[in-house]
Amino acid sequence: MIKVLHPGFYTTIQDLGRKDHQHLGVPISGVMDLDALKMANAILGNDDDCAVLEITMVGPKLEFTCDTVVSITGANLSPSLNGIETTNYVAINVYKGDVLSFGKLKNGLRTYLAVVGGFKTELVLNSRSMYKGLTQAFQLQKGDKLKISPKKNSSSKYASIKPNVDYFDNEIISVYKGPEFERLNTVQVDTLFSQEFTVSKDNNRMAYQLKELVLNDLDGIITSLVLPGTVQLTPSGKLIILMRDCQTTGGYPRVLQLKETSINTLAQKFTGNKVKFGLIS
Amino acid sequence: MSLFEVTYKPFGERSILIEWPQIISENVLKSVLSYKRKLENFKFKEKVYIKSAYNSILITYDAYIDNFYDKIQELKQLYLVDRKVIKSTFKLWKIPVCYDLEFGIDLEEISNINNIEIPEIIRLHTNIKYRIFFLGFLPGFLYLGGLDKQLHFSRKTTPRLNVESGSVAIGGLQTGIYPANSPGGWNIIGKTPINFFDLIQQEPCFATAGDKIQFVSVSRDDYNVIFKKVDDSTYFLESEVIYD
Repeated sequence: MIKVLHPGFYTTIQDLGRKDHQHLGVPISGVMDLDALKMANAILGNDDDCAVLEITMVGPKLEFTCDTVVSITGANLSPSLNGIETTNYVAINVYKGDVLSFGKLKNGLRTYLAVVGGFKTELVLNSRSMYKGLTQAFQLQKGDKLKISPKKNSSSKYASIKPNVDYFDNEIISVYKGPEFERLNTVQVDTLFSQEFTVSKDNNRMAYQLKELVLNDLDGIITSLVLPGTVQLTPSGKLIILMRDCQTTGGYPRVLQLKETSINTLAQKFTGNKVKFGLIS
Repeated sequence: MSLFEVTYKPFGERSILIEWPQIISENVLKSVLSYKRKLENFKFKEKVYIKSAYNSILITYDAYIDNFYDKIQELKQLYLVDRKVIKSTFKLWKIPVCYDLEFGIDLEEISNINNIEIPEIIRLHTNIKYRIFFLGFLPGFLYLGGLDKQLHFSRKTTPRLNVESGSVAIGGLQTGIYPANSPGGWNIIGKTPINFFDLIQQEPCFATAGDKIQFVSVSRDDYNVIFKKVDDSTYFLESEVIYD
């Protein structure tokens, strides 16, 4: 078990999400940065679908009530174990009574903490991803006790992974044409691909809004299907990039669709960061 | 049944969007749902996820699509070759609603502005068998077609921060039921004790695209009785099979 001494700013349990229930209007959810989850689990020899902690900007303070092995990936949030600095992208042995805490955010936005065997918290519709309205808890609270798998006795070997965090600094968001791309005029297309856009303060697990507007005269569409990574253009000219907790349907023109790895890149951006769209031909 | 012209577009790395003409109609819906059923029954080589809306189907493959052309050809075959309409049976669900002013907090406003007496609003609202076009917006939220023109009423300019689960409401040309507590800008005319998204059930929402819903007006006392039965999982929701 892991005791939450302090929850951090916004910390949730996430896994690969709920792909099977979209037809009922259930968002997919799951980790914002899928690469970081895969690496965190790979280091420990976990399957991809093991649930991890998604930590946003300010880290939690966690006390372990049993021995285990953990790994930390994604944003560098200056982790330390019992006050001694430790690092991302390695397997870390943790013993009963140890306290894991975090400090200054050095790059990126979202940090992932995996434990051997994964977190064993509430399972709803085959996923442990927290989502308000579906799961009892929708973010960590002080005093929570998070169930984890007991550590296996076998002397497992853990992988060490050469971290590839170049994508944190990558300004380019790679995109495909969206279903309504052909409705854009040349000026709009030009703006989309020449302008630098700023991540607005409205950025969260549901969507990232961009600050700069794209003059828009497109009609809305009959409510249709959307995906994480869909870029919508609103009547006021705002670009909204849907993220993992997005609804299953939407009525704004879908002008672009992010390459899946670019969703991970965007998930590490925060208010004020610059991005540029790069069209995949 | 006439075969609509449909288009196929790649959507990201592993999805294909299939679209019908840009209209909302029951004929389009029937075509969408008939094709959707074919897709659901087709033995794909890998796992696929299929969802539909008014005039579209999105099929997402588990793996990246190497060759969109081949995949789209496969889908086209399926649409064209098997012209036999798969006869689907849908259900009509009877949904009890209490239209007391205690719940129907916007009834008076609608009555004043649309110039209809409240009993007439209730009569018109319960008179229609609404078709479920698809589920979206919130888990268990039904997009219903068929609201009487006299009941069309604009959404609130400022949404309420919390609309209670079970609230039955009107937003623009549509009527719907909030399946969970949620912020919302629709006008509330009543409340149902029925749970539209119950995680305890194998299939959390009893209704599916193509089914119909009819609201039945019940008293405040009956609302309480049904509410308790729903809570104890002893309420039997009335339904009948429909063939249209």
